[in-house]
Amino acid sequence: MVGRHSQISKLLINQVDKMNTLNLIKVAISAIKRNKTRSFLTMLGIIIGVASVISMLAIGEGSNASIKEQISTMGTNLIHIQPASRSRGGVQQGREMSQTLEVQDADFIRENCDKIKAVSPEVDGSGQVIFGSNNWPTQIISGNEEYTYIKKYDVASGRIYNSQEIKSAAKVCLLGQTVVDNLFEDGVNPIGQTVRFNKIPFKVIGVLAEKGDNTFGQDQDDIILAPYTTVMKRITRQTYLRAIVMSAVSEDEIDTASAQIEGAMRISHKLKDTDENDFEIRTQQELMSTFGSISEMMLVLLGSISAISLIVGGIGIMNIMYVSVTERTREIGLRLAIGGKGNDILMQFLIEAILLSVIGGIIGVGLGIFASNTVENIMGWPILITSDAILLSFLFCSFIGVFFGWYPAKKASALDPIEALRHE
Amino acid sequence: MKSNSIIELKSLSKNYAVGTETVKALRDVNLIIEAGEFIAIMGASGSGKSTLLNILGCLDKPTGGEYWLDGTNVNSLKRNQLANIRNTKIGFVFQSYNLLPRTTALENVELPLLYNSGVSNKLRREKAENALEAVGLADRMKHLSNQMSGGQQQRVAIARSLVNDPVIILADEATGNLDTKTSFEIMSLFQELNQNGITIGFVTHEPDIAAFTKRNIVFRDGRLIKDNGVKNISSAQIALEQLKEEENLQEKLELAYAG
Repeated sequence: MVGRHSQISKLLINQVDKMNTLNLIKVAISAIKRNKTRSFLTMLGIIIGVASVISMLAIGEGSNASIKEQISTMGTNLIHIQPASRSRGGVQQGREMSQTLEVQDADFIRENCDKIKAVSPEVDGSGQVIFGSNNWPTQIISGNEEYTYIKKYDVASGRIYNSQEIKSAAKVCLLGQTVVDNLFEDGVNPIGQTVRFNKIPFKVIGVLAEKGDNTFGQDQDDIILAPYTTVMKRITRQTYLRAIVMSAVSEDEIDTASAQIEGAMRISHKLKDTDENDFEIRTQQELMSTFGSISEMMLVLLGSISAISLIVGGIGIMNIMYVSVTERTREIGLRLAIGGKGNDILMQFLIEAILLSVIGGIIGVGLGIFASNTVENIMGWPILITSDAILLSFLFCSFIGVFFGWYPAKKASALDPIEALRHE
Repeated sequence: MKSNSIIELKSLSKNYAVGTETVKALRDVNLIIEAGEFIAIMGASGSGKSTLLNILGCLDKPTGGEYWLDGTNVNSLKRNQLANIRNTKIGFVFQSYNLLPRTTALENVELPLLYNSGVSNKLRREKAENALEAVGLADRMKHLSNQMSGGQQQRVAIARSLVNDPVIILADEATGNLDTKTSFEIMSLFQELNQNGITIGFVTHEPDIAAFTKRNIVFRDGRLIKDNGVKNISSAQIALEQLKEEENLQEKLELAYAG
């Protein structure tokens, strides 16, 4: 008789061996609801942590992307040759003093480097531009007819100077938008007018399309563009160039192209094998990766600062859960007495911790997006919210829930029901 | 005869190690409790009655002897199996109710069934509602536990102990926190449940309360020293009415004095 009874009981026991996970989640949710204020305060750490991760990453990624974008507006396959600074008789000379780059170097590169699509000499100078009663301090830059292509300038109206005008050092120019705005009244068409730059009259043949500020905050529209021959002959009165600018045939060919240029320049400058280069080759990609690595460093810095706040938030969860186990000892005792298993209690507290951190995470993501947008609107900083950042902080939250919830939950599950029920 | 017995203790003993000494909380206890009994477990504090209740409730395991509960030898069970036994075969009622605060009566009563995945949501709700009806709280199911009087809270706790259809309800000083009138009300409820066939084990040190049960067993120093049936079982309902009459009389007397 007893034997059969015990078989039936065993069967019953097996049936209720596992508490439904859904039920456990219910139990955890009602426990969270029962202590709304405490639950909210517990979540606050995670909310702030996640919000700061999201907004810091958004600001970091945003500035990273905008730097890259701005650098690429200067042309991603741009290659630049500058004279190297060097010492003569022990005196260090600046780049400006070196007079090593000449027009024939540019011609030599054009003839000998097949990975180069366009080459232009570059000369510049500064001075005062005058039109009528208006005047404006600005910079004159110059190149050949390929210059606008290489430096990604577009002609908004009018035309670029032609090879005839370059050959004859014609006094023609194109104006940047800032110069136009400062010299001409509204409604006056600058094309066909004559402006004076350092007392030399230039006929305006075109207006450049607006380009905005570059990465360094310089106004790229505050310029006058003229043929390099004109500038060398009439303004700088020098025979050497400030730089030679080039476009490689494609972004992928930049390394090959700069190797070709180096070879060509060494021949052109008749350097011996033992001589150092008296020029420097810079590519836009180098610039990009330099700035990229700076902004990535910033990103890591911002990210880790906010990750620390997330960890602090996690410790907050552990703290509250730990206190909550002590405070709810009788509740745990009761749950154990009415049939809750140690594992059920463990799971309940763990699920509570995970729910708290995940709900906190969701609120934090919302708050972070809101904060980033506010920063963008008020400060005008570029922001970029990536799905990676959201996913990352979310996973991190769940991990924090498990990691910091485990210890208090384990403690709760190991309680002795008799002791727990007796707890005052 | 044997098929009727729910609980069978065979020379049960329980020792605690307190420091270097061994405290013998229970010595050679033999006891049979049959279905439908209403048994008061009595004794001074330290007599071993709480230890016995913990063992009967499968919260603790005996050191020696055997404990058979509804055909299962409890001695051989592991921690989780004990939890399942508690979940399916035993109902607990505590002195301090032990309800979840800020939780409705219904949710409190549903709690034991949440730990039994064999019970569906619908069945759980139904059983909880039935249990609350059985303790006379049909109209207070949605009330929060902390907004109820002590008597009502203990009724919710009794409903919670009923909800899993246990083979026995174990009450530990269940009237200890209540005034006389409410105690009588609760005892009346227990008597009613017992008349409907529910077996009840009731720990108390008050002879007044024990008088409402059918059988009294008394412990001293871990030994069962007295086990007798109650000759004239008092009806808690009648006691309650008498109490009310006395109260009325008292009031009238006070009024007369005042007059």
